[in-house]
Amino acid sequence: MSTPDLLYSDVENDLRASVRDLLADRCEPAALLARVESGEPYDTKLWRTLGAELGTAGLHVPEERGGQGASARETALVLEELGRSVAPVPFLGSAVLATSALLGTDPEREAAAGLLRRLASGEATGALAVPLSTAPGAPFPQSVRASGDGGLTGRVGTVADAQAADVLVVPATGPDGPALYAVDTGTAGVSVSELVPLDLTRRIADVTLTEAGGRLLAGPERAADALGQALLTGAGLLASEQLGIAEWCLQETVRYVRERYQFGRPVGSFQALKHRLADLWLELVAARAAARYAADALATGNPDTGVAVAVAQSYCATVAVHAAEECVQLHGGIGMTWEHPAHLYLKRAKANEIALGAPGRHRDRLADLVDLPA
Amino acid sequence: MSEPTITADEIRERVRALLEQHDPRTTDRLEFLRARFDAGLAWVHFPVGLGGLNTYRELQNVVETELTAAGAPSNNPRRIGIGLGMAAPTILRFGTDEQKRRFLRPLWTGEEVWCQLFSEPGAGSDLAALGTRAVRDGDEWVVTGQKVWTSTAHTARWGILVARTDPDVPKHQGMTYFVCDMTDPGVEVRPLRQITGEAEFNEVFLTGARIPDAHRLGEVGEGWKVAQTTLMNERVAIGGSAMPREGGMVGTVARTWRERPELRAPDLHDRLLRLWAEAEAFRLAGTRLRQQLAVGEPGPEGSGMKLAFARLNQALSGLEVELLGDEGLRYDDWSMRRPELVDFTGREAGYRYLRAKGNSIEGGTSEILRNIIAERVLGLPPEPRVDKDVAWKDLPR
Ligand SMILES: Cc1cc2nc3c(=O)[nH]c(=O)nc-3n(C[C@H](O)[C@H](O)[C@H](O)COP(=O)(O)OP(=O)(O)OC[C@H]3O[C@@H](n4cnc5c(N)ncnc54)[C@H](O)[C@@H]3O)c2cc1C
Repeated sequence: MSTPDLLYSDVENDLRASVRDLLADRCEPAALLARVESGEPYDTKLWRTLGAELGTAGLHVPEERGGQGASARETALVLEELGRSVAPVPFLGSAVLATSALLGTDPEREAAAGLLRRLASGEATGALAVPLSTAPGAPFPQSVRASGDGGLTGRVGTVADAQAADVLVVPATGPDGPALYAVDTGTAGVSVSELVPLDLTRRIADVTLTEAGGRLLAGPERAADALGQALLTGAGLLASEQLGIAEWCLQETVRYVRERYQFGRPVGSFQALKHRLADLWLELVAARAAARYAADALATGNPDTGVAVAVAQSYCATVAVHAAEECVQLHGGIGMTWEHPAHLYLKRAKANEIALGAPGRHRDRLADLVDLPA
Repeated sequence: MSEPTITADEIRERVRALLEQHDPRTTDRLEFLRARFDAGLAWVHFPVGLGGLNTYRELQNVVETELTAAGAPSNNPRRIGIGLGMAAPTILRFGTDEQKRRFLRPLWTGEEVWCQLFSEPGAGSDLAALGTRAVRDGDEWVVTGQKVWTSTAHTARWGILVARTDPDVPKHQGMTYFVCDMTDPGVEVRPLRQITGEAEFNEVFLTGARIPDAHRLGEVGEGWKVAQTTLMNERVAIGGSAMPREGGMVGTVARTWRERPELRAPDLHDRLLRLWAEAEAFRLAGTRLRQQLAVGEPGPEGSGMKLAFARLNQALSGLEVELLGDEGLRYDDWSMRRPELVDFTGREAGYRYLRAKGNSIEGGTSEILRNIIAERVLGLPPEPRVDKDVAWKDLPR
């Protein structure tokens, strides 16, 4: 096994710069706050530019399957930037979870190949119909049943990005066992009902299917692996989003405590605060290394990927929450206001802690993987 | 440093040549180590002619892997940690050609052990307040004062010493950095017993000790600047060395966990896994830091690794004592030893727990490291420095 590359390449830094420029321009806090309470919580225009025009919708999809032919490393980088800006785009649902599930299907199967192309080009938006809390390694879901003719019936709660999706990738149990189906959200028998989310910038919905028409994407031979790999990829890459959240929180907090004067001096000159921020910085140093390792392992098919993801997700989830909580606290009263964007980061960080397996779930997996049994 | 051109394969080739000419099975240990140094395989990021090949630090792994596989003797780094981690990079940066030639080879082979004569009873965190005086006498300096907490002074041939050469200027300005001969009749080493029972560190009394001016490192009055190089490297040396997964304290605890199922409990399991994941994340952070350094010098980020190392070592060793239950009530041996090695993961759990307490004190306390990170990395306002412009001799003490 070669040494993993934990740095950012020049190409990756260029990608970061263009994503960051776009988000700085189109996703500034005041507009974001106005949007979260509007009837259009997702920024579809921004998503079009980011996903279709910048080509991030299918970044880690091979070129011959309609994507950009980059890797999970680059996708992770986009997630870092999306975390830094808590951008309201369905990137996780579509560009990470749905596409990763489709990558595990048979390229010869037209329904799957065609959908992957549409998602990778940004022409359509997808979501993976599992509860957002589902951890890698969870048993194949039993909540949706498929009849012999592809009619799907069942209910899946708290699906991320479902209301932004044109197509759902639905794990279902059919006559032959586990399968993945594509279901168009606009069609008969499909109901996507929005929930009031803790995280205002990533929406969740309950999906109810009643004899909904589904196209088979993968049968029993591939469905479980495809779903497992999608969840593993999602959990591993979400660590980069968590890193991005923590970075914004640390940066903003440092900026604020340098400017805010009390007792005739910047509050950032008090050692109690300096030490807390130094500790937080140190957590970020480790979070960055862990997130990079997970992204690199996913990109290179490293046999150590399971450990890399479990370490990254359990560690980075906690760091993001800690950073967001410190951000609120060290801003004082301002940090408690709706007007200041800190709460958007806190809400995203806390929801992310649950997403794709809470830290304890990942540590349980780790216990198995590294032979430290209970 | 110019762009390194040596590849991993070329390094393997050099290792092969070394092993051919000096078969480790038949060659004397010291002879082998000297030959290894001369082949540039001691520390590949050092210059050619001084034990290195002027190439990336990370390539050292290639050398170590090959030589370990061949059963080559080691220079036993835990015995000579201060020389390798602190004295060597400082000599490399500030030493004259003559000093580099004289000191580096026996330092690396372990023929000469080094110690660090920095801290004093009145100057610990505030190292720049130190009062050991060095007064010029022709081609020599005469040194008088007391150093304390000096690890391995009892085995050392040389000490890196910071002394005050001008008491009339503010504290940071009047210091000079020397290499002190520990066999000089003016140097007296007395053991200082630690909470572990042993005496790894010492008090060192300097009474008219003589140091030739040729053993000065850097300019007169530049001691603080030179000492910074030592301290930055010390922090990386303590917390930043390359490790395999489960290297260090986490591996010790994990082994106990695996071998002793009867000790397991849910609360301990949860804590172990948290610490395991954290230790792995920081191990990766160390790898990443070394990839960033590639060639070059550690910045204040190295302080972060040392801070994390201390916290993890303390939490893990504390967990292990607790895990051991009844056995955790016992201690292996309180008798006063004078160890040759500094070994954080040696002996038994109780020892490791106690020794780890020093990790957040030695090489800059964790509080001081947090100040450094806050100020130099995050750019937060500095601590009030009431003594900055006061002549050293007028400081309150
Ligand atoms: C095992 C061990 C080995 C050592 N080996 C060596 C050696 O080989 N050579 C050598 O020269 N020295 C050595 N030392 C000494 C070590 O570097 C000092 O002990 C250390 O720098 C702290 O200094 P001090 O003991 O005087 O504590 P003090 O500086 O008096 O500190 C007391 C407490 O106050 C805190 N404090 C001090 N200043 C601040 C501040 N500005 N802000 C916040 N908190 C502050 C400290 O963190 C500490 O908790 C060793 C120490 C130990 C424990």
